[in-house]
Amino acid sequence: MSYTGRFRVWRGHAGGGALADFEVEVNEGEVVLDVIHRLQATQAPDLAVRWNCKAGKCGSCSAEINGQPRLLCMTRMSVFTPDEVVTVTPMRTFPVIRDLVTDVSYNYAKAREIPSFTPPIDLAPGEFRMSQADVQRSQEFRKCIECFLCQDTCHVVRDHEENKAVFAGPRFLMRVAELEMHPLDVSDRVAGVQDQHGLGRCNITKCCTEVCPEGIKITDNALIPMKERVADQRYDPLVWLGRTISRRPR
Amino acid sequence: MTTTARGVDARGRAQVGARNLRTDRWWLPPAATTVGLLIFLVYGGARAFQQQYFFADERYLTPFYSPCVSLGCASEPGSAHFGMFLPDHPLIPYAALSLPFLLGFRLTCYYYRKAYYRSFWLAPAACAVPEPHAAYTGETRFPLILQNSHRYFFYVAVIVSLVNTYDAIVAFRHPTDGFVVGVGNLVLLVNVALLWCYTVSCHSCRHVMGGRLTHFSKHPVRYWLWTKISALNTRHMLFAWITLGTLILTDLYVMLVARGTITDLRLIG
Ligand code: SF4
Ligand code: SF4
Ligand code: FES
Repeated sequence: MSYTGRFRVWRGHAGGGALADFEVEVNEGEVVLDVIHRLQATQAPDLAVRWNCKAGKCGSCSAEINGQPRLLCMTRMSVFTPDEVVTVTPMRTFPVIRDLVTDVSYNYAKAREIPSFTPPIDLAPGEFRMSQADVQRSQEFRKCIECFLCQDTCHVVRDHEENKAVFAGPRFLMRVAELEMHPLDVSDRVAGVQDQHGLGRCNITKCCTEVCPEGIKITDNALIPMKERVADQRYDPLVWLGRTISRRPR
Repeated sequence: MTTTARGVDARGRAQVGARNLRTDRWWLPPAATTVGLLIFLVYGGARAFQQQYFFADERYLTPFYSPCVSLGCASEPGSAHFGMFLPDHPLIPYAALSLPFLLGFRLTCYYYRKAYYRSFWLAPAACAVPEPHAAYTGETRFPLILQNSHRYFFYVAVIVSLVNTYDAIVAFRHPTDGFVVGVGNLVLLVNVALLWCYTVSCHSCRHVMGGRLTHFSKHPVRYWLWTKISALNTRHMLFAWITLGTLILTDLYVMLVARGTITDLRLIG
């Protein structure tokens, strides 16, 4: 089935812009990105959009559709009724470059702030031995495609530009969790996750989990476990006592 | 920066004009949460201070009065399983020993935090819907930094769950008729089973049981516990709501039987 769909697409740049109305053909089985491409081909050849794989694996086509952070290539047109106006805007947490393309360098800056994987010094590459049970938990986090939709939706930075300096965002708090839970990482990341990366600002309201196209349980499996580790180290006299007495390895 | 140039309107971001473009009924979940939580608070508050109709058929003690440790519990002989020592005062609930901790447990619970931050605080009311606050520091400062005490409330909640379990078991003994089973027994049992589900599916419990370990392979028992608790933990929100419902229904049942409005059906004995 084909129909003429009504679209509102944000066009502009950092200096200003507006939603532009379009009427465009929509065919059965298409996704929003197909329609954006048809707009480029037929009506708006200079419409800027970032995309690569069209398979939900490269994380390039992040945008907001009807106000919801989503991948353009993974949003089927069939979720909308034919008479519904579909509004497409760029991600609204990052500076816009042009049309649907934003500058996501905040995320790369935050990635660089995390100390990299630190294996024991006496262990040469090639000698790493880990059991599956020990790496299983952090493997979930490695499904991340770095679409930054979680970063875009997180109200800590979305609604408070000033927090960008002190908050790494869910994707990178999860990266710290991945390293902290890694059986061969020897660096202590608990103080850092609270003081440098701003975990305390997360109020576990789970929007990151809601929008993650990989279905990663960011809040339950990365952020809350890290909050509990922070509580161990900072706010739990019993754990402190137990550690001082036993000194057993974790 | 003016107050309107906050958040999604900040300089450099796409100037869309509307603060939020969601077209679904995003306000429904926070509104429903507010109503649900208020119903429980009002009902629970009213019942905790009523100091009446908390013990039925000389054996059913409602969870809102457990453990009954006020001198006032003497009005219902057999209701105090752990002694009576708190003064009988209209402002002191008969279960003043457990209720503040149970409230604290739920207030600091990771699920309820999400629920009330979204519904009462609107931070955020729904995803990608701008929150109304000008500044935001999350859980980094007093008083919200106290949320870190959740595990201590969890420890107390385990003790209270044990007390509730004891109540449910002794309820099978009627002072004159001996061993009996009534509908009320089933009500108490179901309630206590669900309370356990809520309590052990807690995120702090998951952490304490095994989540804090880095080497699961060296601790097989704790790893096994962690996997079981993790499975329950994915349903923590569900148990949080179910137990609010079952607490009210259980209490209502005991109250109605105690008032004589309904009769407890005896299945055995
Ligand atoms: S759970 Fe935390 S990190 Fe995730 S969106 Fe909410 S506040 Fe941000
Ligand atoms: S965690 Fe999920 S939402 Fe966030 S960047 Fe990775 S894939 Fe995208
Ligand atoms: S009871 Fe909900 S997280 Fe602990």
